[in-house]
Amino acid sequence: MAYSEKVIDHYNNPKNVGTLDKASKNVGTGLVGAPECGDVMRLQIEVDDATGVITDAKFKTFGCGSAIASSSLATEWLKGKTVDQAVQIDNMDLVEELNLPPVKIHCSVLAEDAIKAAINDYRKKNGLEELVFEEKIH
Amino acid sequence: MLKLPIYLDNNATTPMDPRVLEAMLPYFTEHFGNAASRNHPFGWEAEEAVDYAREQVAKLIGADPKEIIFTSGATEGDNLGIKGVFEMYASKGNHIITCTTEHKAVLDTCKHIERLGGEVTYLNVNAEGLIDLKELEAAIKPTTILLAIMYANNEIGVIQPVKEISAIARKHGVLFFTDGTQAVGKIPVDVNKDGIDIMAFSGHKMYGPKGVGALYVRRKNPRVKVTAQMDGGGHERGMRSGTLNVPGIVGFGKSCELARLEMAEDAARLSKLRDKLETALLQLEEAYVNGSREHRLPHVSNISFKYVEGEGLMMGFNKNIALSSGSACTSASLEPSYVLKALGLGDDLAHSSLRFGLGRFTTEEQIDYTIKAVSDTVLKLREMSPLWEMFKEGIDLNSIEWAHH
Repeated sequence: MAYSEKVIDHYNNPKNVGTLDKASKNVGTGLVGAPECGDVMRLQIEVDDATGVITDAKFKTFGCGSAIASSSLATEWLKGKTVDQAVQIDNMDLVEELNLPPVKIHCSVLAEDAIKAAINDYRKKNGLEELVFEEKIH
Repeated sequence: MLKLPIYLDNNATTPMDPRVLEAMLPYFTEHFGNAASRNHPFGWEAEEAVDYAREQVAKLIGADPKEIIFTSGATEGDNLGIKGVFEMYASKGNHIITCTTEHKAVLDTCKHIERLGGEVTYLNVNAEGLIDLKELEAAIKPTTILLAIMYANNEIGVIQPVKEISAIARKHGVLFFTDGTQAVGKIPVDVNKDGIDIMAFSGHKMYGPKGVGALYVRRKNPRVKVTAQMDGGGHERGMRSGTLNVPGIVGFGKSCELARLEMAEDAARLSKLRDKLETALLQLEEAYVNGSREHRLPHVSNISFKYVEGEGLMMGFNKNIALSSGSACTSASLEPSYVLKALGLGDDLAHSSLRFGLGRFTTEEQIDYTIKAVSDTVLKLREMSPLWEMFKEGIDLNSIEWAHH
């Protein structure tokens, strides 16, 4: 199976690899997946309290090239969006942008889950109710 | 000059030796006859070529040429050997003993036999990938007709104690079938010294052509018969009908001859290169060899690099180096390697494995390049791995409640 140009590009030059201070009140952390399943993503957002805008996003991913590309692209998309806008990111947008084949759709679902988990972690830290999301099939 | 890409997936298939191709070529055009045409020179030529190849194949494994049945490859040989015994010896019993790390061609054949009313015992292997001989012997019962245990494993290269297994088979009057695909032509295999009754193997794993292989079927002490699985003209002593693939058989014969003459030299050279590769890669932290290092083919190494995922790892160099991984992502099933799981590896380690299969045309320069490319990619991906970060922080990954999906 050949990878798309975009997946290869994100794999070779991943955007926003790194770690934010997970103890900070402004940082939301989402850790999804499982080592046994072959992919684990950690996605973090840093939010400006006053504006609700995501000022920074970082990821680390254990997984295949498509999983790395999905999380790398997700962090790019998150930066500059408000938290409310970020909630709207759909896994199929990632699939389309990266030309993921059907067998790799679960990588994009995982990235969407990571975004939502990071947002909920941020909301919880700031005394907001956690959002309830419809579960997607991996 | 190093030529890329480098091929290190010789357990999957091998490039054909140019000397093999040369031997085959006349049999496509000039000597195109049907080996079963008994009444004209075209047939005679073909038959003569097949007879010569049969001798070359037999000689490699210490067999009599009459004991060689040409097939389309090892999958057919596994099917014919196991199903053929199951049918032929139905009056004696219906129980077969095999093991969990066999190739799918054996495991799925055994499942088929279970659906036909046969009984199959699947022996577990230990962490080294070896079966327990006491367990094997204890599993034999009055209805047992066959032990089907592979010579050497395709994923980890581990060699089973074939002589001891055949001794147990003899003692209990049970036949011994072995899938010799990975071993024949790579290490000395002798059907008499090893006590093998039936053995499947193929050409393309030993620098011969694809689509041709052989089933060894013992003719003396004991005389073994297998029921044909395909009806037709009664070729190959009635055990395998179908017009013989003459060019393929000629090439297979040549590859067996070359293997017999060059095996020792190839094995000595490749084990040195394999050890160099393995020693260098084990310098990386948290890298582990899968399976026995003592009872192993000389050209194979299977290594898990903890906290990086196999497919992601291969992507770092798969334009330039051809390898296999036990990771789920390389197969359609999304399940990691059942062989590695049978060794007791956790799914996480199975996902993190690479299989290196060296071959006759592997050079030291290629190994040096591979060491660097694999090491660099492992380090790069660990920098990107949340699991590596947690490991470095001393967090026990088992203490985390992962969301399984």
